[in-house]
Amino acid sequence: MHQFLFLLFGAICAGGAINLLIQRKTINSALSLIVVMGSLALIYLLLGAEFVAVIQVIIYAGAIMVLYIFVIMLLNAGEEEHSKGSNVAKIFGIPGLFAGGIIGIWVLLQHRPADRLIAIGALYGPADKVGMMLFTKYLLAFEVTSILVLIAIMGAVVLARRSNS
Amino acid sequence: MSALTFLIVAVIKIAVTLGVLLTVVAYTVWLERKLVGRMQNRWGPSRVGPFGLLQPLADGAKFLLKEDLTPPYVEKNIYLLAPGLALIMALTSIAMVPIGPVIHLFGISTPVQITGVVDASGQASDINVGILIVLGITSLGVYGIALAGWSSNSKYSLLGSLRASAQMVSYEVSLGLSLVGVLLMSSTLSLSGIVHAQLGTWFGFIPQWFIFRGQIVAFFVYMMAAFAETNRIPFDLPEAETELVAGYHTEYSAMKFAMFFMAEYANMVTVACIASVMFLGGWSGPPLPFLPAAIQAFLPLLWFSSKIFAFLFLYIWIRGTLPRFRYDQLMAFGWKFLFPLALANVIITAFFVAIRA
Amino acid sequence: MIPISWYLLLSAFLFACGVTGFLTKRNIITLFMSIELMLNGVNLSFIAFATRLGTLDGHIFVFFVMVVAAAEAAVGLAIIISVYRTRETLNVDRVNLLKL
Repeated sequence: MHQFLFLLFGAICAGGAINLLIQRKTINSALSLIVVMGSLALIYLLLGAEFVAVIQVIIYAGAIMVLYIFVIMLLNAGEEEHSKGSNVAKIFGIPGLFAGGIIGIWVLLQHRPADRLIAIGALYGPADKVGMMLFTKYLLAFEVTSILVLIAIMGAVVLARRSNS
Repeated sequence: MSALTFLIVAVIKIAVTLGVLLTVVAYTVWLERKLVGRMQNRWGPSRVGPFGLLQPLADGAKFLLKEDLTPPYVEKNIYLLAPGLALIMALTSIAMVPIGPVIHLFGISTPVQITGVVDASGQASDINVGILIVLGITSLGVYGIALAGWSSNSKYSLLGSLRASAQMVSYEVSLGLSLVGVLLMSSTLSLSGIVHAQLGTWFGFIPQWFIFRGQIVAFFVYMMAAFAETNRIPFDLPEAETELVAGYHTEYSAMKFAMFFMAEYANMVTVACIASVMFLGGWSGPPLPFLPAAIQAFLPLLWFSSKIFAFLFLYIWIRGTLPRFRYDQLMAFGWKFLFPLALANVIITAFFVAIRA
Repeated sequence: MIPISWYLLLSAFLFACGVTGFLTKRNIITLFMSIELMLNGVNLSFIAFATRLGTLDGHIFVFFVMVVAAAEAAVGLAIIISVYRTRETLNVDRVNLLKL
């Protein structure tokens, strides 16, 4: 069951990632990225990280990607221009693809002892435990990121404003 | 219970809930037309059936039989995807909502909630992050509107959808923050846990709902944010007929327009369900011993449906009474008034919860 | 019960797709989306190792990565909007005023 679910969501994820590269229209790339994020949220649920899965949907798929779609709509980003393709990509890319594929297949075919396998929902990450850690062990990082977000808000407002001169 | 039993019970619950929800959505349209008509001193629909009760059926037949036109200049795939996305997101949130306590039928005990199961000790339990899932589905609902405007390739649709999406994204923040006060007091994110934290009464007849336990400001913030989220008057500039032709659903006809329409009313019902669960105690209420025993068995369902009906009545009443906000007034209201108010509510609630502990 | 290397392979694949998109695409918005894809791949790796090692620190790191990604997306898109206003193009090759 675990295998079937992981293969299903992993295939959707990988398909979305490849679709992002193939599509010529920007809006289709954005929509396939949303599919990738949704399937990643489901894979996080398979690993037992329920808080992170829901946060992924709310923040990544529900806010960041909405921002990308706004900008695509505002700037009317239509088709991607066809570039003639670089030689570097062909020289390094195609052997790299083969090497990566061979390493991947070797990793998949290795025999694993039973203690290296994980079950569905192996580490249960509920919201209260994650929150407790966030506010005790990582409190400094939490406060620093809040200032970071404040700076980002101010930066975005200033940069996107029309200059009045 | 075994996996197969759980699956069958879940399918039955989904079928019943969807049927009831779609009927409620159809008859909310009828209720709105009747009530707004009465407020404007005219009959609402009154020809089709007694009191116009068959009007939704006539409307459904009209939508099905109308010419389903796809203009040639739209982007086909996204144009067909957008209303489906809006409707799916509107209908999915009802899965998290607890409609009633645990019932025992044919030897199976299950709570009246699609995602609810009975754990080993007989208590109802559901998804541990239920309210966050509802917020996530609300965030995804923006896509239906944004993509509808973009794919229609028309400037009125694009403007309407940009405005509607910006409005929805802005008010989502206040919506989420207003619920944090309730979460601080109930210390659980699961919706059935929140209903259980509101059981019981004071003096035998005042229920211990969160609205009476200090969350009245959060309740008002939530109601105003909910009006903006569902694009209802006074926040319905993006779909106002006199301003923007019809906003983001200008280029849609027949069944696809009906899907947007149903999605709007289903969103209203969902928001009413969440408000009643978080602030008004869901299916809980003071016991009414003067009712006969046959009705006593359905008392939780009666409480829940009367709360939903009260919210829908409030929505329609405000629709018939108030004018609409201008767009800059709307955004200023969301960011400069509701958001600080929700933040203040969180801080004060946290202070009181910390003092009590 | 599946080995954790499957999750790590998927994460590596997503990261590789992100790098490929970043190096080959010409539209500036698609470039930014490839960066988001890379970040998502890394998030999956964090959660997989958190499950393997049995601590919740991985979840916290994913939380911080998401916050930083949100901040970066906001500022990056604001920069894109202001570049578009002056150069009228979204093609990364045309923004070459500093070229000799």
